Amino acid sequence: MNREAQGVVLFLLGGALLRISATDVYLRYVKEGARPLLLASGALLVVIAAVTLYREVFASPADEPHSHAGPRVAWLLLLPVFAVFLVGPPALGAYAAGRGGTTVARHSGYAPLPAGDPVTLPVLDYASRAVWDRGASLEGRRVRVTGFVSPRPGGGVYLTRMILTCCAADARPVKVGLSGAVPGGLPADTWIEVTGRYDARTDRDTANDETIPYLDAESVRAVPAPRDTYEQ
Amino acid sequence: MPTAEQLGTRPAPAPAGERRPWSLYVLTALCVAVVVLRGPLVALFDSPATQMWATVFVSIVVQATPFLALGVVISAAIAVFVPPSFFARVLPRNPVLAVPVAGVAGVALPGCECGSVPIAGGLVRQGVTPAAALAFLLSAPAINPVVLVSTAVAFPGQPRMVVARFVASVLVAVLMGWLWLRLGRADWIRLPPRPDLSGMSRWAAFASSARHDFVHAGGFLVVGGLTAATLNVTVPHEWLSAVAGTPWLSVLALAVLAVILSICSEADAFVAASLTQFSLTSRVVFLVVGPMIDVKLFAMQAGTFGRSFAVRFGPATFVVAVVVGAGVGAVLL
Repeated sequence: MNREAQGVVLFLLGGALLRISATDVYLRYVKEGARPLLLASGALLVVIAAVTLYREVFASPADEPHSHAGPRVAWLLLLPVFAVFLVGPPALGAYAAGRGGTTVARHSGYAPLPAGDPVTLPVLDYASRAVWDRGASLEGRRVRVTGFVSPRPGGGVYLTRMILTCCAADARPVKVGLSGAVPGGLPADTWIEVTGRYDARTDRDTANDETIPYLDAESVRAVPAPRDTYEQ
Repeated sequence: MPTAEQLGTRPAPAPAGERRPWSLYVLTALCVAVVVLRGPLVALFDSPATQMWATVFVSIVVQATPFLALGVVISAAIAVFVPPSFFARVLPRNPVLAVPVAGVAGVALPGCECGSVPIAGGLVRQGVTPAAALAFLLSAPAINPVVLVSTAVAFPGQPRMVVARFVASVLVAVLMGWLWLRLGRADWIRLPPRPDLSGMSRWAAFASSARHDFVHAGGFLVVGGLTAATLNVTVPHEWLSAVAGTPWLSVLALAVLAVILSICSEADAFVAASLTQFSLTSRVVFLVVGPMIDVKLFAMQAGTFGRSFAVRFGPATFVVAVVVGAGVGAVLL
């Protein structure tokens, strides 16, 4: 690949980074905190591309030897560009959740729930309190959690969220079983908001034998997907 | 050891006839073809499995690009602004001592592993003994403050995990550096020819070097991302729980998992924390192996240092990291 083409590829890649981080699209792939890094590196690539193209077009050939045997592997940089601009892969959902085992971090202690009825909780927080605190800090409270529907092996659904630390390659699911007033026929990947109370029932995740806690649902309603579909 | 001049061969001036920008024609044709075939191409990504593959691939590349950019900027700065005499002064003259110094210097580079590959390549170009540059390559992604802090956060109340990770990673980096001094051969390392920077203004040389390193290492990052995404989606995770009970098998399993997943060293502690059915020792091995060798890094090392280097250095790093990680884990945890 010659230098002009390298400049164009860098411009496209930098442009792709700027484009996904100008809107919320980048949240499908990386954590929210990565945004300044994406903007800075996207801008840097565009500047390097501009300098390269400027020198190729305006610098007289005598200034520097022209080498046209650039690295062939650089062509592959077009793949992420095409993937971002044409395909725009969605955030991970029920399929990825079904492949991974639920993971619930254990905390050393659980502070009382904040005020509110119902109190809105991240799915991971609910699951952690339910599994490791055996629901003690959830006792007598109505909670509200939001997640997507993923199929439960053997019938029924889980309310699920993907937890992400750096990027979608390290994402892992946290699943909560639903008992009580759960409408049938919820398709996978539907976003739902569930209000309910702690239920001492548990499942074992078939993927890794970890505990899946339950929530006794009072009401389940479909909601639009949140801005950031991942929890951290 | 080849000198920087031998490594950065001066490209022959192209005859006038070769100035035709074939690459640009190909590039334009490719873009047009992709836009025309957009429908069928997008249809390939209708199934959940291919969608997940595409999401993981894009996220690996998107996540790594800022760190790669940081790495090539530092590498370009080393090439243009730091004279080779600087490294001769700060590193001990004796390579046996330079290795641990470079290994511990890895503390100073905050970032993931993708950035340290071009930096290590830049160090070798500036005449740093490869053994020391390699020790830096291995230690920097594993022991920098960001990684250590995230390890502490992922394992609350278990500061020994942080200590074990730090000690084992430094040990592996230094041992690999010394191993290279004893067994390594300079002609295994083949740095890609770099554009001739002489005669350019400093900033032009800086931009030229950064562009070259980026498209080169970036291309191999894509190779690694494709491989990691494919393994991520095709290898079932159930086999993990099957081996978790057997100590030595679980160590090996998590070492292989670290190679397959290719997750960034700032995130791997959280994944390790989630592998609750595994012993702490096997999880330390996961944390030691991952930042030093995985499919993404292997592709990038092959691109930066050459294939005959990577096929020897990668497996050797894997073995040393598993043994040292397990040993340190057994003593400290």
